[in-house]
Amino acid sequence: MKKTVKLTVNGTTYERDVEPRTLLVHFLRDNLGLTGTHIGCDTSQCGACTVLVNGQSLKSCTAFAVQMQGAEITTIEGLAKEGELHPIQQGFWEMHGLQCGYCTPGMIMQSVQLLDRNANPSEEEIRHGIEGNLCRCTGYQNIVKSIQWAAQHKNQGATEVPEADAPQVDPKPISPVP
Amino acid sequence: MLTANPTGYVGSRIKRREDPRLVTGNGNFTDDLTPVGTVYLHMLRSPYAHAKIGSINTAAAKAMPGVLAVFTGEDLKKDLAGPIPGVPYGTVQTVPAYYPIATDKVRFVGNIVAAVVAETRGQARDAAEAIEVQYDVLPVVLDMEKAVKDGSPLLHDEIANNICTEIELGNDVTEAFNTAEVTVEHRFVNQRLVPNALENRVALAEFHQGDESVTLTVTSQNPHILRTLLSGEIGIAEHKIRVVAPDVGGGFGSKIATYAEEVIACIASRKVKKPVKWTETRSESFVATIHGRDNIDYIRMSATKDGKITGLDITAYANMGAYMSLLGPTVPVLCGVIVPGPYAIPNVHFKAICVYTNTTPTDAYRGAGRPEATYMLERTMNMMAEKLGMDPMELRRKNFIQPDQFPYFNIVALNYDSGNYEAAMDKALEIFGYNEMRKTQEEARKNGKYIGIGQSTYVEVCGLGPGSGMTISRGYDCAVVRAELTGKVTVFTGVAPHGQGQETTFAQIVADEFNVPIEDVTIKHGDTEMTPYGMGTYGSRGTAVGGGALMLAIGSVKDKAKKIAAFQMEANEEDIVFEGGKFSVKGASGGKSISFQEVCLKAYIDPKMAPVIEPGLEATRYFEPGNFVYPFGTHLAAVEVDAETGNVKILKYVCVDDCGKQLNPMIVEGQIHGGLTQGIAQALYEEAVYDDNGQLVSGTLMDYALPTAAELPHYTLDHTVTPTTVNPLGVKGIGEAGTIASTPVIVNAVVDALKPLGVKDIQMPLRPEKVWKIIHNGASANGSAGADASVVEQHFGEDNK
Repeated sequence: MKKTVKLTVNGTTYERDVEPRTLLVHFLRDNLGLTGTHIGCDTSQCGACTVLVNGQSLKSCTAFAVQMQGAEITTIEGLAKEGELHPIQQGFWEMHGLQCGYCTPGMIMQSVQLLDRNANPSEEEIRHGIEGNLCRCTGYQNIVKSIQWAAQHKNQGATEVPEADAPQVDPKPISPVP
Repeated sequence: MLTANPTGYVGSRIKRREDPRLVTGNGNFTDDLTPVGTVYLHMLRSPYAHAKIGSINTAAAKAMPGVLAVFTGEDLKKDLAGPIPGVPYGTVQTVPAYYPIATDKVRFVGNIVAAVVAETRGQARDAAEAIEVQYDVLPVVLDMEKAVKDGSPLLHDEIANNICTEIELGNDVTEAFNTAEVTVEHRFVNQRLVPNALENRVALAEFHQGDESVTLTVTSQNPHILRTLLSGEIGIAEHKIRVVAPDVGGGFGSKIATYAEEVIACIASRKVKKPVKWTETRSESFVATIHGRDNIDYIRMSATKDGKITGLDITAYANMGAYMSLLGPTVPVLCGVIVPGPYAIPNVHFKAICVYTNTTPTDAYRGAGRPEATYMLERTMNMMAEKLGMDPMELRRKNFIQPDQFPYFNIVALNYDSGNYEAAMDKALEIFGYNEMRKTQEEARKNGKYIGIGQSTYVEVCGLGPGSGMTISRGYDCAVVRAELTGKVTVFTGVAPHGQGQETTFAQIVADEFNVPIEDVTIKHGDTEMTPYGMGTYGSRGTAVGGGALMLAIGSVKDKAKKIAAFQMEANEEDIVFEGGKFSVKGASGGKSISFQEVCLKAYIDPKMAPVIEPGLEATRYFEPGNFVYPFGTHLAAVEVDAETGNVKILKYVCVDDCGKQLNPMIVEGQIHGGLTQGIAQALYEEAVYDDNGQLVSGTLMDYALPTAAELPHYTLDHTVTPTTVNPLGVKGIGEAGTIASTPVIVNAVVDALKPLGVKDIQMPLRPEKVWKIIHNGASANGSAGADASVVEQHFGEDNK
């Protein structure tokens, strides 16, 4: 027996009939076609499915869609505004914070909450802040740098690289168009 | 060779061109794709590690809502052209038939016994639960050393003593050990690991009724190889199969092999006449996707009193799991060939005994054989140093192959083309502050603190691979470089990057070589209908081999472009030079020239060229290197062991790696970071644990410890550059080096830290609880067979006396 759920995702309000057992992550991917939110496990360890629900990060495999009545949800697709990357997205690009890119949407959404709560986190605070999100490619070092880059740019619009041993900036920086 | 980089792309930290789509959620991973009419496939898997299958009752399942088809092993066999293949190596007599759905017996927990296709995921899952299977449970074989003994239960009736194959390499070491002044010997356990690429496997099969062809979109590291193998499995000819690997969320070797679910999906799609999608869950992946490592290594080393190593003798038991996975027996070969490492050892003998057990099949996992070799060698080096009373670094220095000895034949199999091991070591020692750290350690010990220093000087073999020799097939890759009419360049490569960044590095090369903006270059990969036959991405081969093909194809395009330029400028082809993006006539005054873009345009439209020059400007080239490549380096770490908790904290990690020329240092560093982390995780956290019944008890991410950001240190990286001439780019693979080098560094460091307690070895992973017991109950609390001298003595017998 299906239930009706009405919620807002990335600014658009949807009303859908869903099976009560439908997880939020499956709802986002299968019903709304928002496939940027990924599934990496079935025990809520990996964090690949992290989204923002009413401004709080949530592993979207830990909630049923029907629990989201009236919720405001932001997924990775809703982060960039008017073609402008969010500073955290930009940071991941600048600092090579991703390789295969599978954990990236969840990692970025978690980082949004991290910087919302703590605008200038230390390396240790960043590492603890993302410990619910697994990455198998990067060893996290460049993810930490990506978040540091975002913290700098979000706050000050500064351009310098945040860390002493951050990659040297190419003498002729090139930002290829995808 | 690469030309000097006029546009400055090669060698620079160019931001990745893959990233904008991936940071915005616009990637195309296989599970993101759902064609109209897609139905879902779910597997019913064996809960037993070893059992005869009695009756299977699918009637109830078939009657459930939305169910379109149910397959048992016997059902599927009718549509099957062949079993899942494994590549034999060594003394293999028979490759046991590995059917996608088990027919007679199940041989590991997770072996598929039935498959359901239904309209929704939930319906398929519900129906699978309604299938009744009667099992006749059989005794389980898990321990390799017991499995090979007479009287042990057999997995496959036709395979005596459960021995899949034996592989022997090297020369006779008897004399070296008979005359040895000093020997050390040990038994190391290289535990089983679960690759855990963050994207689970997914297969989307679309059978096309019109022309009886099939498209399989799949999480693959090597779509062409998969297409060939799939053809033999499903009986559809290769030219009617299209395999597409879109964005792939990590592989680490686990997406090389051909798997049962892909075969079932294709056959199911043909039967139900709809697109069929199978998406693995993580818990399913733990039993259904290949595992890595799982070796027991007996090693002995002989040396002179002053520290010259004279012999190395190894017997490696390699767990194949229940069936032969594609490269199962190849992995121990990759261990054996590199087991002497960077040391000039005159006598080396390696024997691998590959054993079937009631466990998930094993195959290549990041490093594949080379981490096993490096682990036992680098641990043994430290044991030998301890016995000789030398510093571990001095023993290494004393035995390095010297720069003037290259090319160097390593006795076992390989010709190392180049290397400068001491240079990398000296740089690492300096950055690390080795001598100062020894002083810190001494001070700490006085204060009852456990600080240890670990080291590993490694050489690895990668860039698979040469056209002949140790490999099981010719080893090459290919590229199509197409200069388009408008002067843009499209490249089709046979490698299948899934995080390695070749959409960027290959574009850097093309932009530099043609002197065009990188925005004018696109790199395409991962579709058998679009690219020529390539071997894919594994064994740190993407750039070393695929990049070589790219360079050849660029060369061929340049040759033709010169011909066109010569025609246009009425000059001799031999007099044309290409510089700064312009073709001009050598020695001619007046600055007459024609741009690359103009040449492209002329190639496609100039009617004056019709009688003389074939239209178009593209080339397809294959590159088959004459040798592997041999990256090397030195890794050092300092750790502190917390006596109260047993926790190991990495205080400092320094590595100096040499992968030859670096096309994009940012990407190289990323590869090393990730590699280090997987190697360190083997040392400290990860372990696939089976109980006595063959149940994988570490079968979810709740039970299997993948490292998080909070446990890991900040790595300090540096490099040396010793180019290779094996490929036109002068590059050596760097995808696996970190994993290969780092595991022994950490274990060496922890053992060093606990040296005052008499600890000589700890079996991985060095979890806090294990370390704590050793600190509080003494070295014998290790409970490690690895530390039991009598077992080792028994193995090597009287030889050492």
